[in-house]
Amino acid sequence: MSKEQISGADALLRSLHEEGVELVFGYPGGAALHIYDAIFNQEHVDHILVRHEQGAVHAADGYARSSGKPGVAIVTSGPGATNAITGLATAYMDSTPIVVISGQVRTNLIGTDSFQETDMIGVSRPIVKHSFLVQKAEDIPLIVKKAFHIATTGRPGPVVIDVPKDVTDPAHTFNFEYPKEIDIRSYKPVKEGHSGQIKRAVKLLLRAKKPVIYSGGGVIQDNASSELIKLAKLLDFPVTNTLMGLGAYPGSDPKFLGMLGMHGTYEANMAMHNCDLILAVGARFDDRITNNPDKFSLGAKKIHIDIDPASLSKIIDIDVPIVGSAKECLNQINKELGVKSNKIDHEKLEPWHQQISAWKEAHGLNHRLLEKKPSGKKILPQQVIQSLYKETKGEAFITSDVGQHQMFAAQYYFFNKPRQWINSGGLGTMGFGLPSAMGVQIAFPESDVACVTGEGSIQMCIQELSTCLQYGLPIKIINLNNAALGMVKQWQDMQYGGRHSSSTYEDSLPDFVALAESYGHIGLKVKKYEDLESAMKECFAKKDKLVFLDVDVDPEEHVYPMLEAGMSMEDMHLSKEIKTWK
Amino acid sequence: MKRTVALLMENQSGALSRVVGLFSQRGYNIESLIVAATEDPSLSRLTMTTTGDEKVIEQITKQLNKLIDVVKVLDLGESDYVERELMLVKFANESITRETIKELNGEIVFENNELLTIQFVGSSEELDQVLKNLAASHPLEIVRTGASGISSNLKTLTI
Repeated sequence: MSKEQISGADALLRSLHEEGVELVFGYPGGAALHIYDAIFNQEHVDHILVRHEQGAVHAADGYARSSGKPGVAIVTSGPGATNAITGLATAYMDSTPIVVISGQVRTNLIGTDSFQETDMIGVSRPIVKHSFLVQKAEDIPLIVKKAFHIATTGRPGPVVIDVPKDVTDPAHTFNFEYPKEIDIRSYKPVKEGHSGQIKRAVKLLLRAKKPVIYSGGGVIQDNASSELIKLAKLLDFPVTNTLMGLGAYPGSDPKFLGMLGMHGTYEANMAMHNCDLILAVGARFDDRITNNPDKFSLGAKKIHIDIDPASLSKIIDIDVPIVGSAKECLNQINKELGVKSNKIDHEKLEPWHQQISAWKEAHGLNHRLLEKKPSGKKILPQQVIQSLYKETKGEAFITSDVGQHQMFAAQYYFFNKPRQWINSGGLGTMGFGLPSAMGVQIAFPESDVACVTGEGSIQMCIQELSTCLQYGLPIKIINLNNAALGMVKQWQDMQYGGRHSSSTYEDSLPDFVALAESYGHIGLKVKKYEDLESAMKECFAKKDKLVFLDVDVDPEEHVYPMLEAGMSMEDMHLSKEIKTWK
Repeated sequence: MKRTVALLMENQSGALSRVVGLFSQRGYNIESLIVAATEDPSLSRLTMTTTGDEKVIEQITKQLNKLIDVVKVLDLGESDYVERELMLVKFANESITRETIKELNGEIVFENNELLTIQFVGSSEELDQVLKNLAASHPLEIVRTGASGISSNLKTLTI
């Protein structure tokens, strides 16, 4: 590789280019100005100017989740850095590969409480996979190489590179050379599963009469969807996905149980509770899944495949823990099953499949609500999702914010492909939906991208409507407007005697149609059921425009099923009146 | 249950704060902590004592291993090991007798006509006992380093 004299700022951009980065999301400021000048002076890496640093990090995150490529955000020091924190925590909880480059005050000012100084390394420490404070320009290539390696391998996660201003000073140049290989002695993620454990797992899989495959975000991150489908088909096992794992197994497949957990389907939760074997892949038995761990699926043997050894037996004791990548381990299991194919017996699973069908029949979600035209009644939020599904033929990228609308989208849109469903499952970040949709739309300019949101969440990053205009991002915002913080209100209804403490806005909501129009977009309002489908059609017919579809939905609607806190997975509220336990 | 965990980490700024931060972040206790550079100056060795059941200790070692700056982790309690801690205790000159010092295996490391500083070395438990026995002599000031440990087999915490 040829050597040349360049500045730290130029070296940073060159390093990003070497890593295959085509664009970054960001917001300039004093400490980042040398970097911004370097952005101006090159043509390999585009820059998307957001309106708030939180939006930059969510957009980079949405870009990463949808494309599988690492997302990059650049922010300035101080408030720029602290504004990035929510985005970092979101990415950390959902293990997404992003790199955030933060400007920092000059090295000689660090620790002096100088203007726009924040200890970014300290502030971000518990919510990053790793972080680097650049001490000198010459370190930039190696640090960038390490940052991308760490962010994208093993259990992926966000990495921060904090860059003091003097390190990027154009007056100082050095010989730029980008490292080809990287070796970090303390970081060697395992890919392949232990062969003995794989054999033990296969033995249990072949013996099971009432099995469930429970897969999570790890299968999507590791592009292991086809291996998962192959395994499920080979064994004829039913599959449930976590909120983060939706799309890994086709949502419209008859052997799909739907999502499990807090707002999982009746059949998924019943199957988890009553099964004799759980094969968990890239999922982490978190509290929104297990409910009370002491009452969790007591009769089941558990196999758990995870890239992160710390996830194994953290909450639930595992019989066969397997450390390794989802793709690699599933491949190993499939291979082993191939050898033992004569021992696969689909027939013995028949009573279990019948049991699941009976559960589904009894209390499964009603996916035909659109056909039930309630004249004069309010639009159900579930009907809006079904209309969205119908209009997009199930092929759109759907991002969501956090709350009831998120659960309705997860329950009622069948995600047939991985990376199609983008939401903040771990941290539960309101405000994630719109900026993450920007990242998705930029990664997939030709695809339909819809942001399912609510009137609460959308206002947390509403400023990004301006970014969408600047870059011509034709996102469809589907606002399930129930004029309340719906999930908060639901909990207040169920657990606080209906006392709606600060969960409504007393007629202070903006006119979202006018708001969208003032940002240069199209706004549509739907109040009646009769207008829903035509408005949805109109929304997606406008290929080149952002459309804000504001739908008034029934404010009384709750999300069901819902697990009862402190109990097992079979203890669910199925409606306001019906619950499964006595 | 008290456990002693030893680890090697990169000897660079920020590494220690990641280790210590992990404990507060995940709600684990640190009873004592001792850290110094090793004979290889690129590495630091840290020994900490903590409390928790098997499951907690397993999580602690796994979470420590996940930190990028941590090179190797060893739960010393997995096998036999030697644990030593150093303690310095200061007394007014007339408040403690030479016999007591000798009985408790103390070593005088400083003395003048006003005061005596005595060094004790032992396991943390032994030093707890020494302190009990010293109570009657009214120590003016006590400082303990925290325990350091090394396994009693051929398995080494090195790279």
